[in-house]
Amino acid sequence: MIRSALAALLVAAASPLAAQSVAIVGGTVALGDGSQPIEKGNVVIRNGKIVGAGYNFPVPADAEVINASGKWVTPGIVAGFSRLGLAEVDLSMHEEEGSGGSQETSGSADDSTSNGPFSAAIDVVPAINPLNSTIAVNRADGVTRAIVAPNPGRSIFAGQGAVIDLGADLDPVTARRRFQFVELGQAGAENAGGSRASAHVLFRNALREAAELQRFAVPISSGGRPDSGSEDIIRDPNESRLVGPNARRSEDVLLTRFDAAALVPVLQGRQYLLVHVERASDILQVIRLRREFPSLKIVIVGATEGWTVADKIAASGIPVIASAANDLPASFEMLAATWSNVGRMRNAGVKVSIGMIDDNDTRYLFNERQYAGNLVGLARVPGATGVSWGEALAMLTSGPAETIGLGNQIGSLKAGRRGDVVIWSGDPLEMTSNVDAVWIDGVRQPIESRQTKLRDRYRDLTPNTLPEAYRRN
Amino acid sequence: MRLGVAALLMGALLAGCATNPPPKKAAPVRINEDPYPSTYHAYPGTLTVIRGATIYDGEGGQIDNGTIVLADGAIQALGGPETAVPAGAFEIDGHGKWVTPGVIDVHSHLGDYPSPGTSSLSDGNEATGPVRPEVWAEHSVWPQDPGFSRALANGGITTLQILPGSANLFGGRSVVLKNVPARTVQGMKFPGAPYGLKMACGENPKRVYGQKGGPQTRMGNIAVTRAAWLKAQSYKRKWDKYERDGGEMPERDLAMDTLKGVLDGKILVHNHCYRADEMAIMIDLSHEMGYKITAFHHAVEAYKIADLLAKEGICSAMWADWWGFKMEAYDGIKENIPFVDKAGACAIVHSDDPNGIQHLNQEAAKALADGRRAGYNITDASAWRWLAINPAKALGIADKTGSLKQGKEADVVLWNGNPLSSYTRPDKVWIDGAMMYDAENPRLRPVSDFELGQPGEGDVK
Repeated sequence: MIRSALAALLVAAASPLAAQSVAIVGGTVALGDGSQPIEKGNVVIRNGKIVGAGYNFPVPADAEVINASGKWVTPGIVAGFSRLGLAEVDLSMHEEEGSGGSQETSGSADDSTSNGPFSAAIDVVPAINPLNSTIAVNRADGVTRAIVAPNPGRSIFAGQGAVIDLGADLDPVTARRRFQFVELGQAGAENAGGSRASAHVLFRNALREAAELQRFAVPISSGGRPDSGSEDIIRDPNESRLVGPNARRSEDVLLTRFDAAALVPVLQGRQYLLVHVERASDILQVIRLRREFPSLKIVIVGATEGWTVADKIAASGIPVIASAANDLPASFEMLAATWSNVGRMRNAGVKVSIGMIDDNDTRYLFNERQYAGNLVGLARVPGATGVSWGEALAMLTSGPAETIGLGNQIGSLKAGRRGDVVIWSGDPLEMTSNVDAVWIDGVRQPIESRQTKLRDRYRDLTPNTLPEAYRRN
Repeated sequence: MRLGVAALLMGALLAGCATNPPPKKAAPVRINEDPYPSTYHAYPGTLTVIRGATIYDGEGGQIDNGTIVLADGAIQALGGPETAVPAGAFEIDGHGKWVTPGVIDVHSHLGDYPSPGTSSLSDGNEATGPVRPEVWAEHSVWPQDPGFSRALANGGITTLQILPGSANLFGGRSVVLKNVPARTVQGMKFPGAPYGLKMACGENPKRVYGQKGGPQTRMGNIAVTRAAWLKAQSYKRKWDKYERDGGEMPERDLAMDTLKGVLDGKILVHNHCYRADEMAIMIDLSHEMGYKITAFHHAVEAYKIADLLAKEGICSAMWADWWGFKMEAYDGIKENIPFVDKAGACAIVHSDDPNGIQHLNQEAAKALADGRRAGYNITDASAWRWLAINPAKALGIADKTGSLKQGKEADVVLWNGNPLSSYTRPDKVWIDGAMMYDAENPRLRPVSDFELGQPGEGDVK
């Protein structure tokens, strides 16, 4: 979705929804970079980008001025880890009742592939439906971007995830194939045949196969003219390794060629590797992996017991995306779970941001701000460790963006970032505050959804001259 | 509450059997209706006074700069700063803090789906047949579930109902617990609380049994449910006759005992149901078979029939914002709770979740805010009914707990700020007047056997 300024201008002229100059003035402005909010601040968006934000920030003469006094203004929430856009309805969607199908989710959910032949090669993008109602509902609550990962099927490798926007259009992808997602904890053990030891051997073998394929591959073409609208397969860093006269492999392989090719950019450190682990010892194993494969760009996802080894994570420099609300020993890899996990890792110097690792929470990304607020409240509980307000907001905005290498594009109100801005009725970390307006890439977004339409249809149950089915706003 | 009294008398004579014994027959055998009696006892408390707090009484009332006196396990007095306070009380400064009744969750699976979630501890669904009213949730509850302590310390939960799951049309009996750790489930049972019967309609039973002999459809669900009630009516006739006339004792059937308890008005029906149209069918079914539905649980579409629910006097136990995780939850809206309340029906915030039970106050806050945004302006104190007196009514214990009224059990939370804020946490929690949690005191924090010797033992959670 990166557009040239000229293209953006042309689009702006063509469409009423498109990006224009907007100045949001007089609100309490939080930049999303960890700093405390600024009273009576202005935010200026032009051509889809943030021009700047701050106290008395100059308002261009031609800008549409929106008075936000009494309101709060922040960058849009960046959902730190999610399955957003992959499932309309999670459970119980047999296409025909009683047909005996084994896939409970057929027809509505594309989050995991348990019966397909591929793993690391899977690219989540074709599964993302930007018109999914979960996107509209979360957009209406101020979520503007999301890191989207596929669920692992039968392999430890789930495939390649994306960063998307939640705009009301059919063009959701901010960054395709941004990362590979791998399970190396309990779920990894299960998918590796029953043990963590097996998962680790499978992981190393996969990288070995990728390394071999890399040797035989033709060089990646990074040149060539961008051909907008079509995708050049040869230019794709994964599939370029599948062609060429010398792209041979040894007999001794477990992965399909596609899967091995997909791991080459991981091995080269050109694609992030998100590793899901929870247990302290599993976290340490991941830190050791980095010594073995120094070029890996690892992000740890989960890390429920991270606080117990926080100094070691900090020393490794590996960032963490953690669940904020996670204090139960839900499994034997989470015995040390506590609400203080995020704060304690943060205090040890770990770069922490907030995601929703639990699949049950994937449609409730709008509650991340409630949980971040809870982390702020924790600071008043003796023995617990919370985070400051500014840090809590950063963990929902610039934190995940920087963790995935997009901090210069999204997640804050600094100059040059994409124009993802939310006006809230009050403090956004109070769950009682609601959204007044949302912009994505400088485009004002609708905040209606099926839910608001159902609300309006049934808000008054007094019988009318026609059935409820005739009531629409 | 009549039902509460009836439950207290469980084990006593069944109605009518002693007043007119048939002359030449032996007296009917008395069935013990309470074979696993509560052994719960209140722990010692001290005479305690909280002054200067904002008090929500749980029935809609609010007292600013309020005073509350707890002693002998009960609420002794409640009022403004002028309230008379006995000498020698332990005084707590409540300025800047809030006092509410303990939070009641009518829908929990703590203990029967505990942490850690291993299959060996998964005891919530007897999914071996769709009609299993003979199973009792209390026989599955593992008192060492670490979730109880989180519900207390983070959620201010003082009373909770543990239900069987919803795989079955008839899931079995529920049990109401005081959130006080004990070695046995009997040690947690709320004295005098009536039993509940978990029923379910909709997707879950047909999904579980669709390939296992049925029911496979919603019409199948209803047919199997009706057949079970017909059998229960016949069973009840036999037992009523026996208790009236004596003679040979009919064969006992544990499943039918539970359903007969419902038909006798002693056991309360808690019906898992999502869709408006299905709730309406269950209401007719209850009329047809002669029982009362106490509460619909989940009730994601209650807002579509809030007027009907008000007319029938049925409570709805709901989430603030869960929706779409399955087809029958697809029409969930964030205004469900306030819209039900607005219609004059009984609205309850429930969890069905070991995480959600830790912040039901926040769930209520979201529902309240969404309701106000949709034009339903009620006070904060009024919204607290969703966590207090309304769930107490649905559990048949509103005469004992669920609001701060003189003489009621002293189940009380002191919050360190406005409990409808993201930033607020319980400061202290009392159950029957005994302080069971104190944020300032690491010794006053329960640690289950399971967590002893594990990483993070005794940590704030």
